[in-house]
Amino acid sequence: MEAYLFYIVATIAVITGVYLIFERNPVFSALFLIQTMVCIAVLYILLEAQFIAAVQIIVYAGAIMVLFLFVIMLLNLNIKEESKNALPFQRIPAVVMGIVLFAAICMIIKSKLLQGKHGEYTTAYVNSVGNTKLIGNLLFTDYLLPFEITSILLFVAAIGAIMLAKRKL
Amino acid sequence: MNKEFLVYFIIACVKILLVFGVVQLMIISMIWLERKVMAHMQVRLGPMRVGPHGLLQPIADGIKLLFKEDIIPQKASKLLFILAPIMTVVPALITFAVIPFGDKVKILGYNVDLVITDINVGFLYVFAVSSLGIYGIVMAGWASNNKYSLLGGIRSSAQMISYELTLGLSLIGVVMLTESLSLVDVVNGQAKLWNIVLQPLGFFIYCTSAFAEVNRCPFDLPEAESELVAGYHTEYSSMKFATFFMAEYANMITVSAIAVTFFLGGWHGPFLPPVVWFMLKLSACLFFFIWVRSTYPRLRYDQLMNFGWKFLLPLSLFNILITGFIMILKG
Repeated sequence: MEAYLFYIVATIAVITGVYLIFERNPVFSALFLIQTMVCIAVLYILLEAQFIAAVQIIVYAGAIMVLFLFVIMLLNLNIKEESKNALPFQRIPAVVMGIVLFAAICMIIKSKLLQGKHGEYTTAYVNSVGNTKLIGNLLFTDYLLPFEITSILLFVAAIGAIMLAKRKL
Repeated sequence: MNKEFLVYFIIACVKILLVFGVVQLMIISMIWLERKVMAHMQVRLGPMRVGPHGLLQPIADGIKLLFKEDIIPQKASKLLFILAPIMTVVPALITFAVIPFGDKVKILGYNVDLVITDINVGFLYVFAVSSLGIYGIVMAGWASNNKYSLLGGIRSSAQMISYELTLGLSLIGVVMLTESLSLVDVVNGQAKLWNIVLQPLGFFIYCTSAFAEVNRCPFDLPEAESELVAGYHTEYSSMKFATFFMAEYANMITVSAIAVTFFLGGWHGPFLPPVVWFMLKLSACLFFFIWVRSTYPRLRYDQLMNFGWKFLLPLSLFNILITGFIMILKG
């Protein structure tokens, strides 16, 4: 059951991902990206990570992509101009790099790097405590410093954005 | 195993159909109620011709809209234009999946929870779904290829983004008190005392943001007729317009149901059965929506944004701080 669901959702995610790149109209591209993100959220649910799935939708699909869409709609990008901007000299290096990346991914999947032993947070343990509770506990105890540093980073970025937008405060 | 699954499946399907049916009926009756209540508050009679006291008016309206010509503007983006009303109404309806509307009951020997599904991230689910509701409006505004629609759509989504934040933060206080994100736990935690007593400030912030979130008066700027014709659904006609109309009422019912669940004790109440209590509280909330609409004038756009970011947001953060402080003092 889960495997079938995974294949269905993963296929949709890949198809929308491909459309996202090949679609000429940026608004449609953004909408396809939202679909990909929702599909990824479903994959998280299949992995029994409900908290991350919800946050994925709230933050990426709900907040960030709305702003993306806003900017695209307000700029009203001209579709014909857009296609001229493609950089022809990037084409060959891009193909080479793509092949290298694909080979690297295949090698890692085939190698034994991904087959480590199970840690202490098994699915059964996570479900018994509760997803959100566990993540919250870890964030505010063991990983407090990285958590705080990330929040300061975001805060600085927000101030920077305001400074750029409003030169005269 | 197989039989258990079948029973579970059937119960889930029946619950989903029941909830959707009731919500649809509520939408229809809300349309009638809104027209009548507002009319009486303004010393008019409202619709009187169709049925006794205009009771069949929503059905007549529905039939009229169904048979009207469906116009799609020539330069509109056709796919998005059709998709937009669906995208607005679906999130409003699927929020009901996590709202508990009654206690456990025994039907034919099976224990049935009167909630479609109880997930342990219910609170986050509600916000994930409601944040997707913006897309329908943005898409409608853009796909119509009409500047008034676009302005209306952008206004509406800017408003929804700003107030979603305070809407979420106002409920954090309740979540802190309950120590759970599951909506069933939130309701169970209010068996003795409703959260509105413990979180009056949170309730006030929630109500205000909810009005803005569903684009209702006094925050119905996206539909300001004098400035924007009719906002994001200017170009819509026939059943597509009716779908937007439905979405507005469905959203109202959703935010009211969340208010009942988080602040007004859910289905808890003396004497009457739980489901009746839930419906009574929900109706009271919906009546409040209509009441406010016929009482207050519309805000200006800058007033709305200033109010949201400079007053409500700090206030909701303050509410969280105070709640945490008192919880630590009490131990």
